Amino acid sequence: MSVLIIIDKADGQIKKSSLEALTYGADVAKQLNTTAAALVLGTCTDDLSTLGKYGVGKVYQVVEDSLNNLDAQVYAQVIASVTNQVGANVLIFSHNQTGKSVAARVAANLKAGIVTGACALPDVSNGFVVKKTVFSGKAFANVNINSACKVISLNPNSYKTVATEGSAIIETLNVSVPTAKVKVTGINKVSGEVPLTEAEIVVSGGRGLKGPENWGIILDLAHVLGAATACSRPVGDAHWRPHHEHVGQTGIQIAPNLYIAVGISGAIQHLAGVNRSKVIVVINKDAEAPFFKAADYGIVGDAFEVLPKLTAEIKKLKGIA
Amino acid sequence: MKILVCVSVTPDTTSKIAFKDGNSKFDDAGVQWIINPYDEWYSLVRAIELKEKDASISIHLVTVGNKEAEAVIRKALALGGDEATRINAESNDSYFIAAQIADIANKGAYDLVFTGKETIDYNGSSIGGMVAELMNAPYISLATKFELNGNIATVTREIEGGEEINEVVLPLVVSCQKGIAEQRIPNMRGIMAARTKTLHVVEPIVIDALTNVVNYEMPPAKAGVKLVDADNVAELVRLLHEEAKAI
Ligand SMILES: Cc1cc2nc3c(=O)[nH]c(=O)nc-3n(C[C@H](O)[C@H](O)[C@H](O)COP(=O)(O)OP(=O)(O)OC[C@H]3O[C@@H](n4cnc5c(N)ncnc54)[C@H](O)[C@@H]3O)c2cc1C
Repeated sequence: MSVLIIIDKADGQIKKSSLEALTYGADVAKQLNTTAAALVLGTCTDDLSTLGKYGVGKVYQVVEDSLNNLDAQVYAQVIASVTNQVGANVLIFSHNQTGKSVAARVAANLKAGIVTGACALPDVSNGFVVKKTVFSGKAFANVNINSACKVISLNPNSYKTVATEGSAIIETLNVSVPTAKVKVTGINKVSGEVPLTEAEIVVSGGRGLKGPENWGIILDLAHVLGAATACSRPVGDAHWRPHHEHVGQTGIQIAPNLYIAVGISGAIQHLAGVNRSKVIVVINKDAEAPFFKAADYGIVGDAFEVLPKLTAEIKKLKGIA
Repeated sequence: MKILVCVSVTPDTTSKIAFKDGNSKFDDAGVQWIINPYDEWYSLVRAIELKEKDASISIHLVTVGNKEAEAVIRKALALGGDEATRINAESNDSYFIAAQIADIANKGAYDLVFTGKETIDYNGSSIGGMVAELMNAPYISLATKFELNGNIATVTREIEGGEEINEVVLPLVVSCQKGIAEQRIPNMRGIMAARTKTLHVVEPIVIDALTNVVNYEMPPAKAGVKLVDADNVAELVRLLHEEAKAI
């Protein structure tokens, strides 16, 4: 009986959301008086022994180049084999793109109950109850997992990474890796962009910005903050911004430390995707905009005047000329 | 070619979210039910587009739900699709639901199964992957483009900070999201035609649920907004830095 955290990487480097999953998994192991280990599929440029800093004693690795591409079917089989081989009974994923592809498949393979989108440690005082977001962030459900083997996928940005001292032992596992049926024929990456779900700060624009040609003020602000950019649904629908920036109930749900909404009215469907942000700032020229009710800080004013000033003030704060 | 489109019935996006019976059940008083937007706008419409190009394709809708789901399923049939099956059960457990759908998918030997990327109520993002596992078929999640050429599918899927293009031979399970198709409004002809389409009702297979909802909670209310004057942007930066410690 032990906890196994499945590590996700991009270009050979471990993702921040996986470090959160590691810290979380190590804490679950403490609750259950057992040990936590990490699992890395494929090759990795990061020094895996440093994962020990997040509370795992061991890192299992299946070194096989084909695993550097994700085929959910192959991943599920390999992860299930490793789970059986090392005797793990709680699996932790990050609820990011990779987790969404693989975690449920692994659960079905192992006949393990799964809770996706978890946002807190399980309550193990009476069963194994995991809190997760439902209704796209409008509420939470506490879900009990009844099966012996359990799978949790953790919402990005909902558990704080804690790094201490420590070094993990790396153990290479021999597992048969089936041939992938999915062939990767191309990858298009927008370089230098902060992925929306991992971003600490998000600057988001709505229809109030009038047109795509006005996005410069959003990008400038995002740039000085090191923030990712997002948008409301009509903005995505009108192709002012790419689809993947659309946040809300029918877009991406995010929970950054800081969400700055500019020219967005705050419709219920928009709020559903962003209301778990820790701090919300709203800039809107209409004092009656519903978004102010969900905000922590606000400025009633014209975005075209306020935003350049805000960018300038933040530059001052950060000592950027 | 047979496509199975999974359809979930969810509360309308403007529904007031509240709970009853000691917060153990969703309070559906006054709630309008809709087709889960990801199922309707993306997976169903993309399946219909494929059929418009190749009339030999048949589209079958499947839902796990109670009798009330039927009105919503008729709405889905008004958009398109040849017939529908309702599996007569209610559950929040994704394994239970996936096992029901996989049973239909395996018995019917479907070439392609479409799901939405998630439902807007339980946000599980689990059914597609589980159905694929139970069909022993490949699975591509979060698809933003889907093309068919004979029995080879070319699928673009979202990855962190970009997209990946995949090629795979059918059978295949795909979870669909924005980009793959555009929302459609049913027309009168579709609504009339939907009335006579077959809606099968079948009893669920016996599966033990692996999870159960203990109760629900609402998020804590916000303390209220602090407004800063538009001429005093520096004050907002100070508050964000010193008070909120967010920058
Ligand atoms: C089923 C369904 C699902 C949906 N899902 C989503 C979703 O996931 N995400 C989403 O965002 N929406 C979603 N919507 C749409 C949602 O209902 C709203 O229509 C949408 O969020 C509005 O976008 P907006 O705030 O950008 O535009 P508007 O509502 O048009 O608001 C523009 C705002 O900009 C302000 N403004 C104008 N000019 C300026 C200026 N110069 N300076 C400052 N402020 C200015 C205005 O006061 C106004 O408040 C959904 C709708 C439905 C029916």
